[in-house]
Amino acid sequence: MTEQTSMTHPIPEFSGGVDVRLTDTTLRDGSHAMSHQFTEEQVRTTVRALDQAGVQVIEVTHGDGLGGSSFNYGFSAVDEMSLIKAARAEAEQAKIAVLMLPGLGRVEDLHQARDNGADIARIATHCTEADVSIQHFGAARELGMETVGFLMLSHMIGPDELAKQARIMVDAGCQCVYVVDSAGALILEDVSDRVEALVSEIGQHAQVGYHGHQNMSFGVANSVLAYRAGAKQIDGSLCALGAGAGNSPTEVLAVAFERLGISTGVDAGGILGAAQDVVRPYIRRLPWMDRSSITQGYAGVYSSFLIHAERAAERYDVPAHEILAKVGEYGYVGGQEDMIIDVALEIQKARELDLGDLPALGASL
Amino acid sequence: MTPRTKGTAAIVGPGNIGTDLMFKLMRRSEVLEPRWMIGVDPASDGLRRAASLGLEASHEGVDWLLAQDELPDVVFECTSAKAHEANAPKYAEAGVLAVDLTPAAVGPYLCPPVNLDFTLDAPNVNMITCGGQATTPIVAAVSSVVEVPYAEIVASISSKSAGPGTRANIDEFTETTSQALEVVGGAKKGKAIIILNPVEPPLMMRNTVFCAIPQEAAEAGELNDQLRESIAAMVERVQEYVPGYHLRAEPQFDEARDLWHGMARVTVPIEVKGRGDYLPDYAGNLDIITAAAARVGDMMVAHRLGVDSGWVPADDAGDAAPLEAPPSHLGERSQDARHQEVSA
Repeated sequence: MTEQTSMTHPIPEFSGGVDVRLTDTTLRDGSHAMSHQFTEEQVRTTVRALDQAGVQVIEVTHGDGLGGSSFNYGFSAVDEMSLIKAARAEAEQAKIAVLMLPGLGRVEDLHQARDNGADIARIATHCTEADVSIQHFGAARELGMETVGFLMLSHMIGPDELAKQARIMVDAGCQCVYVVDSAGALILEDVSDRVEALVSEIGQHAQVGYHGHQNMSFGVANSVLAYRAGAKQIDGSLCALGAGAGNSPTEVLAVAFERLGISTGVDAGGILGAAQDVVRPYIRRLPWMDRSSITQGYAGVYSSFLIHAERAAERYDVPAHEILAKVGEYGYVGGQEDMIIDVALEIQKARELDLGDLPALGASL
Repeated sequence: MTPRTKGTAAIVGPGNIGTDLMFKLMRRSEVLEPRWMIGVDPASDGLRRAASLGLEASHEGVDWLLAQDELPDVVFECTSAKAHEANAPKYAEAGVLAVDLTPAAVGPYLCPPVNLDFTLDAPNVNMITCGGQATTPIVAAVSSVVEVPYAEIVASISSKSAGPGTRANIDEFTETTSQALEVVGGAKKGKAIIILNPVEPPLMMRNTVFCAIPQEAAEAGELNDQLRESIAAMVERVQEYVPGYHLRAEPQFDEARDLWHGMARVTVPIEVKGRGDYLPDYAGNLDIITAAAARVGDMMVAHRLGVDSGWVPADDAGDAAPLEAPPSHLGERSQDARHQEVSA
């Protein structure tokens, strides 16, 4: 154990002595809802407002992390490195975070992000595959970056198994491991049980965080329970801007924690203004709990599949929520957006067969 | 001394890939005899398995192998990119051919259905990656008809078939595969993505190839027909040595979109069902790279010995023996089963 302890890198005290640190991911998870079309001006005004409201961490990256600009996930309108650089220039007190998924983003991308001013590396793997992140945590620590680990689709495994994966990340140099509810599938104790298990496994060496989605409307309530179970970092997005039905809204997290007497260091008036006056005007598609996104929460489907399923639905004339339900049934994980085309074709074929059978059954079309 | 007609092989790295390769050479190669299995861990299951099948197994590494009186004709490197970078000069100095199954890319990239004829004299060849073996042929098929300014591939493999080497090498995987899409596939720019999926029962290896193409080629017409034909012909060429390689659906053509920076695209969904030589059939990712490596090693050594490279084709080799059991049909292959020269 002493060897493990010497390998860990505890996070220094949060500035302002806050009880819980909010990380705003409007400019990363929100990128999904914006079809990755953020402009530099939108990034600058959003960072300025968040920074002035006292948010201590602002994440800026393509929705699928560094290197996400692609056919499979959608091309960025503006290169993410320019956006990271712009964010760094605007933030006076806030740290700038970037997300990366090993297998998509590379260590080289992390170097570039660091050169453009990123302070925190958030490295995400599917919840059972933490060991693919080892080289990336090592690289992030060598670059002098603060580190966060994301165990995506955390609903897919139980608390003990999740804690073991968290340990792999911590031993690799991760300073805070998040329970990431990528599908908005976790409900109340599902979250606190997982957070507790992680705190008990890694609590002496690293922090625990929670990232919630609104697909079944539990993002904020789950965040409060996560805090009570020992989480020290919580994610949100302004106006819930994010994949699926959106993220826990940062402005609601801030005022709810304030009402509970839990300090976040975020000014309520400032963050409400940031949501209402800065972000709301540029949102073209407000995330919402509709048939497709609720299906995602219910079936445990990675939230960013939503828009891709809607596009495939239009292209192949099959219902988006049926595609998403099948994706859940097949157990596809984050990053497998290409499978949506497979599933849409499969449903289309099945429907054609059904129609073809009708005449055989004597139906008159 | 009569000229030799058979060569010997050493497999370095007794993990999933090395073990699968051992079975393939034992069952399907006419030219190569796998004689050594080399590792670094005395407790390795892979070494024990190889020893029980009659190979000389050592945990004392490449230095031990190269200190033997008799050296192999060819070494198959199934370790990691870093290990091969260290080992490659040693093989070269000892005059041993090297077929590199790591993403180290010391030697030229090689994908049998695309560029086999150019590299038979190379002392060290690189097998790209499993995803590269599955996808560069399709990119090459597309780029032989139209210009491909950008090619992107997504390789999804089951978590169970990704050993520690693959996991520790994930950046090298994307790097090497991306470059091969350009160098071998003929795309101006390549991008590769790999996803591990733990679902049970395990998923078959799936690859999606996206190629940016001219708008005209995405519309019905002569160019579009040529593209479809070129892709279909390439699939048949891969099937010659990887019979489980097939399209999940017809190529999908999409017209140019603003969100794609004005590019049109073709999407080709590929599934690779493994032969079950070592891991079950979901592990098509092992099959496609070990089948390519075995075939290439056979041809390189046959070329060096000046003999015909016999290869038992998929359909004639019989079903794979169950895990752990020695292949029952070894030594029973008749001359009739010898396959013709590879037509690449």
